[in-house]
Amino acid sequence: MTRKLFLFVAVLALYVLHQDFWNWRTAYPLVFGFIPIGLFYHAAYAVASALLLWLLVKFAWPAHLEEELEQRDSREDANT
Amino acid sequence: MIPAIVVFIYLATVLYIGIFAFRKASGKKEAEDYFLASRSLGPFVFLFSLFGTNMTAFAILGSSGHAFSNGIVTFGLMASSSALVIPLTIFFIGTRVWALGKKYGFMTPVQMFRDRWECGHIGTAIFVVQAVLLVPYIIIGIMGGGTTLSTISGGRVPYWFGGAIVALVVMGYVFFGGMRGTAWVNTFQTTLFLLFGAIAIVVIGVGMGGFGTATKAMLASPLAPLLTRERISPLYFFSYTFIPLSAIAFPHILIFCLTAEKMNHFKKTVIFYPICILAIWAPCVFLGVMANRVNDVPQIRAKQEARRVLATQGKSMTPEARDELREESAGDDVIILLLQRYAPIWLAGLLGAGIMAAVMASDSQILALSTMFTEDVFAHYGGKRRFGESVQVQTGRIFVVILTLLAYAVALRAPETIFELAIQYAFSGYAALSPLLIAALFWRGSTKWGALAVTLWTAFSVIAVAAYQHAVPAPAPGPPIVSWSMGGMDVLSRTPGGTAVFGFMPVVPMVIISGLLMIVVSMATAKPRAATIRKYFQ
Repeated sequence: MTRKLFLFVAVLALYVLHQDFWNWRTAYPLVFGFIPIGLFYHAAYAVASALLLWLLVKFAWPAHLEEELEQRDSREDANT
Repeated sequence: MIPAIVVFIYLATVLYIGIFAFRKASGKKEAEDYFLASRSLGPFVFLFSLFGTNMTAFAILGSSGHAFSNGIVTFGLMASSSALVIPLTIFFIGTRVWALGKKYGFMTPVQMFRDRWECGHIGTAIFVVQAVLLVPYIIIGIMGGGTTLSTISGGRVPYWFGGAIVALVVMGYVFFGGMRGTAWVNTFQTTLFLLFGAIAIVVIGVGMGGFGTATKAMLASPLAPLLTRERISPLYFFSYTFIPLSAIAFPHILIFCLTAEKMNHFKKTVIFYPICILAIWAPCVFLGVMANRVNDVPQIRAKQEARRVLATQGKSMTPEARDELREESAGDDVIILLLQRYAPIWLAGLLGAGIMAAVMASDSQILALSTMFTEDVFAHYGGKRRFGESVQVQTGRIFVVILTLLAYAVALRAPETIFELAIQYAFSGYAALSPLLIAALFWRGSTKWGALAVTLWTAFSVIAVAAYQHAVPAPAPGPPIVSWSMGGMDVLSRTPGGTAVFGFMPVVPMVIISGLLMIVVSMATAKPRAATIRKYFQ
């Protein structure tokens, strides 16, 4: 339960962090000498999303959905 | 002409893949095989085809065009919000729909809604709204194909011929290969674009003398705001996070979710989806912005001049003259122009093929409409029972031909801007339909009347926004036209780029009201039988 709550809060926090008002009016610093910070932040945001989704897959995967199907298939196999 | 020849070779390859898939498909259960590839796609094909399905001409040409006019904000507006929201919806909704499809044999979202809420005609109403919102995509895909071939060949291939070739190729592989052909072609196209997108950014970067120099020069010029977000309001930016809710509600995406062989295949898709978005959108957006630094391409200069005239003299012009300038300043072809300027001719051809790959994403929408028509209308109203499964598949194939020919005929006659607008409405419309899926899968108390209310509200609100934007022409760049204010607050405004409701894009109130209608109407009406609810909430 605690784990699921943590993941819920993490999803919510990442959603809120999309609104990076602090980078709104500046292009500096230029990351790698050419990427404006506003673009780099959102590129990093995409990577952070991938990491969060990895956590969700690892700790909150709805495995029961497939297990139900497998159980049904094995019941059907047993009946035939 | 060499780039156009490379693109023709590419089109022939794509057609071959589709027909090969047709041969591979023989001897399996007909309808499920044609429409869903027998629910047997592996993890790699599933990830790349699902991503490719969502990567349309709008995503590639539209993103660089939007960035050309609006700057780096495009990535935050359309890409990074999608990087979080789309995989989340696939994780929570896609997996559940996959499991239900496998368990009860659903092939379309409407079949699931009809079963979940014990309804017939309400399902048909949902089908109609979904279909009407999907058709503009197909038309714009064919238009994009015609325009791209014409631009790449330097005008030697006329627009009508380019459009016809693209329509024939797409129709060919969807007709023969069905879902398997479409998935394989999408996988091939996505791989191609990921590969050539990386090459494109290197070649153009070197050609421009390095991006560092270009960025610094831009910062020292009047174009500097394109490298920040100061011209976009935070409320408008926030509104865009609602748009990706549309992805899972698009029938072609949800139907694709039914094609995975195992639920485990969703894992890689969900994790790598944001990375794919980053890999495709970041170069497109960055190149779109950098195109503003190119001074020796006459077409780009003409666009910048049109933009300047619109900004300085737009207020004193007629709405028609403003629309004309907006069209002239649109940057949807800047990527192609950059390639022509900086890439060697053979590479421009290969990269052009990569762009064609994105433009031709209308294949899955054509197939989805065909699946929906044959399952939700033909089969539901007794066609399958009377004529059998074989006739059902043939009906689907005939539908693909008729739909493509109709889309081509419309693409030849109608101006492209109409359908670009329609697509904008479609995104908001599908986002407003997303509460249907959430309620069906996660709320026992939802009812068919709640679903009907959501569907009618979506149809009404899309028409209302379109009618408002038609009645009040877009103002020149600058402050919006306030149509309705209350207590000092702007309720409804016409902005240069669309409509604002309390400063938000219409999608925000559309989704919120949709969700509220589902709750309120469902609470006031009778629920499905307990046995039906148990099927979904065990």
